Amino acid sequence: MSTFILLTVTGLGLAALYFLVASGLSLIYGLMDVLNFAHGAFLTLGAYTAWVVVDATGSLLLGVAVAIAVGAVLAVLMETALLRRMYGSHVPQVLLTVGLLLAITALIRSIFGTDALQLATPEWMNEVTEILGAPIPNNRFVLIVTAVLVYLAMSAFLAKTRYGLIIRAGVENRAMVTALGIDVRRAFTLVFAIGGALAALAGALAGVINNAVSPEQGMSLLIFAFIVVIIGGLGSFRGSALAAVLVGLLQQYANFYGAVGAGDLIVVLMLAAILLVRPQGLLGRAAS
Amino acid sequence: MTKATEGTMLSVRGLHVHLGESHVLQGVSFDVRAGGVTALLGRNGAGKTTTMRGLLGLVPRRGEVILDGEDISRLPTHEVVRRGIGYVPENREVFAGLTVQENLRLAERPGSRHHYDLVYELFPRLKERLKQRAGTMSGGEQQMLALARALLNDNRLLLIDEPSQGLAPYLVAELTEALARAAELVTIVLVEQNLRMVQRLARDAVVLDQGRVVWSGGAADLLGDGELTRQYLGVGVAKA
Amino acid sequence: MTDQMIRTRPAVEPRTRRGPRAWAKPVVLAALPLLAAALPYLDVQVPLLFDGPLGSPGVLHVLSLMCVMAAVAVTYDLLFGFTGLLSFGHGLYVALGMYTTGIVLTHTDLGFAGAVAWVAVLGLVVPLVLGAICLRVGGIAFAMATLAFGQAGAIFVVRDPLRITGGELGLALPYEKLPEPLVGVINAGNRYWLALALLVVTYAVVRWALASRPGRVWRAIRDNETRVLVLGLRPYAFKLMAFVLSSFLASLAGLVYALIAGGAHAEVTEATFTLGLLVMVVLGGSGHPYGALIGGLVYTYLNHRLGQLSTTLGGPLSEPLFILGVLFVVLILFLPGGIVSLVRRTESKGGA
Repeated sequence: MSTFILLTVTGLGLAALYFLVASGLSLIYGLMDVLNFAHGAFLTLGAYTAWVVVDATGSLLLGVAVAIAVGAVLAVLMETALLRRMYGSHVPQVLLTVGLLLAITALIRSIFGTDALQLATPEWMNEVTEILGAPIPNNRFVLIVTAVLVYLAMSAFLAKTRYGLIIRAGVENRAMVTALGIDVRRAFTLVFAIGGALAALAGALAGVINNAVSPEQGMSLLIFAFIVVIIGGLGSFRGSALAAVLVGLLQQYANFYGAVGAGDLIVVLMLAAILLVRPQGLLGRAAS
Repeated sequence: MTKATEGTMLSVRGLHVHLGESHVLQGVSFDVRAGGVTALLGRNGAGKTTTMRGLLGLVPRRGEVILDGEDISRLPTHEVVRRGIGYVPENREVFAGLTVQENLRLAERPGSRHHYDLVYELFPRLKERLKQRAGTMSGGEQQMLALARALLNDNRLLLIDEPSQGLAPYLVAELTEALARAAELVTIVLVEQNLRMVQRLARDAVVLDQGRVVWSGGAADLLGDGELTRQYLGVGVAKA
Repeated sequence: MTDQMIRTRPAVEPRTRRGPRAWAKPVVLAALPLLAAALPYLDVQVPLLFDGPLGSPGVLHVLSLMCVMAAVAVTYDLLFGFTGLLSFGHGLYVALGMYTTGIVLTHTDLGFAGAVAWVAVLGLVVPLVLGAICLRVGGIAFAMATLAFGQAGAIFVVRDPLRITGGELGLALPYEKLPEPLVGVINAGNRYWLALALLVVTYAVVRWALASRPGRVWRAIRDNETRVLVLGLRPYAFKLMAFVLSSFLASLAGLVYALIAGGAHAEVTEATFTLGLLVMVVLGGSGHPYGALIGGLVYTYLNHRLGQLSTTLGGPLSEPLFILGVLFVVLILFLPGGIVSLVRRTESKGGA
């Protein structure tokens, strides 16, 4: 029983990471039709920024805060300086994000090396708290609580603010939003910034979980995030949350109760199943 | 809204639109008189909807479009709309995931008064369903919402595309009356297949065929002439 | 605004020209492979570009890799540039070719011929099955499906549940089972000719396929799938055909790659490998007859050379992918038609 609890909590922790990355990806795709590979770069950048700050100041909180800021700023720069030139050309946009992912990841590798770097986390995070006999590392709680807070904050933002309204409408029908006299480009920049910030946060937190940062972290997390986005439904914020939980839990259970790597393969099978049975994703809108 | 009643509200010269490899609009030119309803007519595929989308810049276009003296041909859609154009597209295109209230709120243009009183007067059903998600409403209700969005702001011109499509006859009648009211307040360009409606509302008519204007003049002149109507619209008008 | 990427090909296929230019092109086309085949005999030093004479094993190794990668790039562009299918899982089939060869030779009693046979069979069956699933959806969903299956392949190879792939360390080919002319440093030239032959054959097959009727349908699908439907054809069947052909050829390239590299390695299964393919075809010029070929050659060369020079170059320049990534970004922004479009521009100034 205690193993099950442990698996569930660590599964939810994984879900939290996926959600942070996937939600931004999903909104960016839903609103802008951009499949943002550069998200992987934000992830890695967030992790390494946190590492640099923690190395210099010893404060994890500051490290994470700076990572978020860096992610947001970089995302805004990327969107306004580069992506904006390519609106309307979907394939070139995707390719641009691919190029940025490769370049930024390589840049980080050249500065910090390919080996993992130790990330110093506060003692209490690595200690365990017992829940029903299961020894759960405290950092998982941090991860889950953060993700829940982000979910609530984003939901409120989307539901209550004007920009939230514009984003929700824009994901559904961008052309009509412009036909109401609204300049969607500001919404694009905002969504990109949010995506970048959340991805950087996820990268920093992944570093906390592993007590280390490495250049490959970004890519593997990104691929699973993409899968979560599709399963949840492109453009659906809630869908990302739901799919993240499903994928995270399933992955953990299958990896333990099944063979090594079974969880990862099951996730891929889940994707294949969704594509065959309900291509728009769990909470996505059917193509019009 | 104070309605302009004199002069030309909209002047279109040589509007060309290519969609994919198709040269859909091949130099469309026409004028829209201020005040009153100008009907944009033609068979299916003639290019009526494309003309509307071209005017708004929703599709890439070439040519000259002058709104009340101002050249809007190079402006992006949101700038065009901010000059005072309300758009009611074919298929309504209300935001299904948003509530009626949110749909209206989104349509509120900064810098303009928002005529909720007018909207609720014309469409009391909308007021009752403010918290309802637009996607769950009937076609008629969605049409009202789409029209309400366009009437909400101070607009100089409304572009309305086939509002009666798919609506039951009694709704069409209601819609026609709402449009008649709207026409008292703002210049309208109306694409419609329902010729009874056109007869009731339109002062002028412009006929498109295969991407070009083939006839323009008084609506009554066109619809009163069975020969012309059959030739350009392929259908006769039932005697009202 | 249309996708410049896919539309930088001539609106009309160039017709045979009269006069001296009429024979220039076929002569050049025939001469190039001959010239390339002669390279191992040339004891020529090419300073800066290569670290040694052209005929030396080291340089031949690089040239062999360039040929193999160019072949893979050509197969990739068949999907991307000519049929309009963006796949993020093409590397899976190269890996299939590499690892099937490795596994058959290492873990079974079958010889080299058996390995080749297995590669051919799997190279047909696997893309048939996976393609049938992935092609049920289009656009981005298709791209993600291919990514996911590619990732599944990567997981299988790296985690190695059946203990056959060698995991992260890769799988060396047992040289005693390989045909003698292909083994050993002395035979670097032979391996080079094999890689060159692969490139020439792959290129020829792809060109032939593109010129055939299905080839025209592929291009039509890329340009306007609805129109294909309207014509009464089933895009799905044609897309599957392109997918299987392209993947089959990629598997064969994987086999040759394993021979050149001496074994299978897990790098090929990673998403970055397929992303590299994408960079190759765009670099060269997607949707153009020899764009992918040029892109494959140039990219592989740069990746290798920059890696060699990394000790002398400092900072970010020591990472080939940084330079290539930045180059790619600049390319997308300013020269989306790739190298080929540069050539085209100078051509058109000369008048044609």
